[in-house]
Amino acid sequence: MRILVVEDDKDVAGFVIKGLREAGHVVEHADNGRDGLFLSASENFDAIVLDRMLPGGVDGLRLLETLRGQNNNTPVLILSAMAQVDDRVRGLKAGGDDYMTKPFAFAELLARVEALARRGKGEGPATKLAAGDLEMDLLSRAVKRAGQKIDLQPREFRLLEYLMRHAGQVVTRTMLLEGVWDYHFDPQTNVIDVHVSRLRQKVDKPFPTPLIHTVRNAGYMLRAEQP
Amino acid sequence: MAALSRRRPLIGSAGVRFGLIYAFTFALSTIILAVFLWWSTAGLLDRQTDAAITVDAQGLLERYVDGGLPPLEDTIEQRMAGNIDDDAIYLLADPFYRKMVGNLERWPPSVLPDTDWTQIRIERAGRRGMAQIRQFDLLGGYHLLIGRDVEAHAQMARLLTDALLWAVGVALLLGSLGALAVRGLFRFTLADVSATAAAISAGDLSRRVRVSGRGDEFDRLAETINDMLDRIGRLMDGVRQVSNAIAHDLRTPIARARARLEDAAEHARGEVDLRAAIVRAEADLDGVIAIFQALLRIAEIEAGARRSAFAPFDLAPLLLDLADLYAAAAEERGQRLAPEIPPSLPAFGDRDMVQQAVANLLDNALKFSPPGSAIRLGASGEAGQPARITVADEGPGIPEPDRLRAAERFFRGESARSTPGSGLGLALVQAVATLHGGSLRLEDNRPGLRATLTIGTRQPPLPGGRVNATSSADQSHAAIGAA
Repeated sequence: MRILVVEDDKDVAGFVIKGLREAGHVVEHADNGRDGLFLSASENFDAIVLDRMLPGGVDGLRLLETLRGQNNNTPVLILSAMAQVDDRVRGLKAGGDDYMTKPFAFAELLARVEALARRGKGEGPATKLAAGDLEMDLLSRAVKRAGQKIDLQPREFRLLEYLMRHAGQVVTRTMLLEGVWDYHFDPQTNVIDVHVSRLRQKVDKPFPTPLIHTVRNAGYMLRAEQP
Repeated sequence: MAALSRRRPLIGSAGVRFGLIYAFTFALSTIILAVFLWWSTAGLLDRQTDAAITVDAQGLLERYVDGGLPPLEDTIEQRMAGNIDDDAIYLLADPFYRKMVGNLERWPPSVLPDTDWTQIRIERAGRRGMAQIRQFDLLGGYHLLIGRDVEAHAQMARLLTDALLWAVGVALLLGSLGALAVRGLFRFTLADVSATAAAISAGDLSRRVRVSGRGDEFDRLAETINDMLDRIGRLMDGVRQVSNAIAHDLRTPIARARARLEDAAEHARGEVDLRAAIVRAEADLDGVIAIFQALLRIAEIEAGARRSAFAPFDLAPLLLDLADLYAAAAEERGQRLAPEIPPSLPAFGDRDMVQQAVANLLDNALKFSPPGSAIRLGASGEAGQPARITVADEGPGIPEPDRLRAAERFFRGESARSTPGSGLGLALVQAVATLHGGSLRLEDNRPGLRATLTIGTRQPPLPGGRVNATSSADQSHAAIGAA
């Protein structure tokens, strides 16, 4: 995927760009707001990683507002040292799709950028999700694996739905907390792991191949093994 | 104060201004009183004289109209004879102002032809005096003067005027003295406030404004100022304490990470060793970041900046969701999480903050409870009362002396030191409670700890929450909220 990184700090930018390239993405870089605005407005990207405080007279929020003002809906992840709740709200209001605060773990950034870029592809509203032999009907709320019906609690259903919508991508614990529970804090207890392990009991345990994989130091991924 | 009046013109001093206002008000009311007195005494006599003259004139003029000159002359003679007080003045004159009848020697030169009322000096039977006179021109060219001797009135008016002028003078003097007194009192009362403020800006935070004990407005001002100073003092203490704690609690993991990296750089025997050391150092640094984020979040909440997101919401589904999130983790640890939540529980505040506060309490309960024990998440509320959220566990609890300090930043009980956590969890809960006009109460659950968080149901007036610890420790409780 083509990703634009607008970040003035050389070390952070280098670290992010290297990581994204290693993950197989094509990365462009702008180290000030004006170049960032020019690039983002003139070329097509699947996602933009945007710092808030930028040199060049155009700060991150101005860039984002200008972009949205031109009906450019490229997914934008704001990456900022401004960590207060109000800063986050302001960033999302300006048109940001996700907000991460520095310092950050690269695995989290990668997972979120990939999720955003994928969402930007904009498939229509699906009524059915599928991964390997796992099928989910969003209307009748029925889940089947290899033709066999699986009974899920409402919360387990939403957790599996989130994993299936992001099939093939890394999903971090924070993303699950935000996406499935709508919580914006980090519990000190391993609550998410417990819920995922319960889901595994129902979805993976009775079958020969597992679908839900643990990604070390990052989170989880639902992936159908290619035979 | 002294410095102030030296630098500014006199009128710039509030004390002088208040004194002047006092003096002006006092003088003005004295003058109004004097004018009223004059009007109601001397003025009254004058008006009575004028009325008598008018009545007298009416009678005489009627006579003249009815009968002509002779009956008028007769009547004047009669009236002069019948005037016991000898204060009435009559003079009838011919068209050439020659006296025909009356008790004046001749037509007074000061009475000019076209005037109606006049006051003239007269000399009558050897006595000089003042007279109030009215002049009438009769048909046929005759002239009539009717008047009253008002010498006595004039004397009284002079006396009265003198007395009133003196009174105004005395009033001005008293007013000025009063003004000085007001200014002095003002300075005296404010001197202490300004001295205290000066001492505090010079760095002596222990100074307080003196309270006289009379319970007046100045006392209330002094109490408000003292309350403010107490709060500032507490905040300063808090800052000092926190900076010490930060210095200590953050230095440790940073030192550990540094040591690991240095050790790896020196002694690592291959890439595997190196990687392992780096990953562990990364984890240490993540811990530091988590502490920073928790501290900033608490500071953000305490600053009260997030009140803008306050709105009414229902606590019941929020608590049920949290119970659902934590029940699985509790079960994993062999604990039971039992929610006892009413169908609906209105509250007013910031949903996200309350969620995080309750999550912190649940984190603590799970972390410190032994397997096989029960954790209760309860909630209750009555109309008009703050909503109560209770998290009760059967863990080791917190020993009574530590309970008051448990919600302080970085405070960790003896036995909590062995468990992971930063000692900021309860501090955050406390900050959320205070911001919501509620409180955090830590009590003995016999065994275990019962934490009660109250959340206001309407817009809180001012942060007023405090930690209350109730006594009754029958068991050694030793786990402190970390998280």
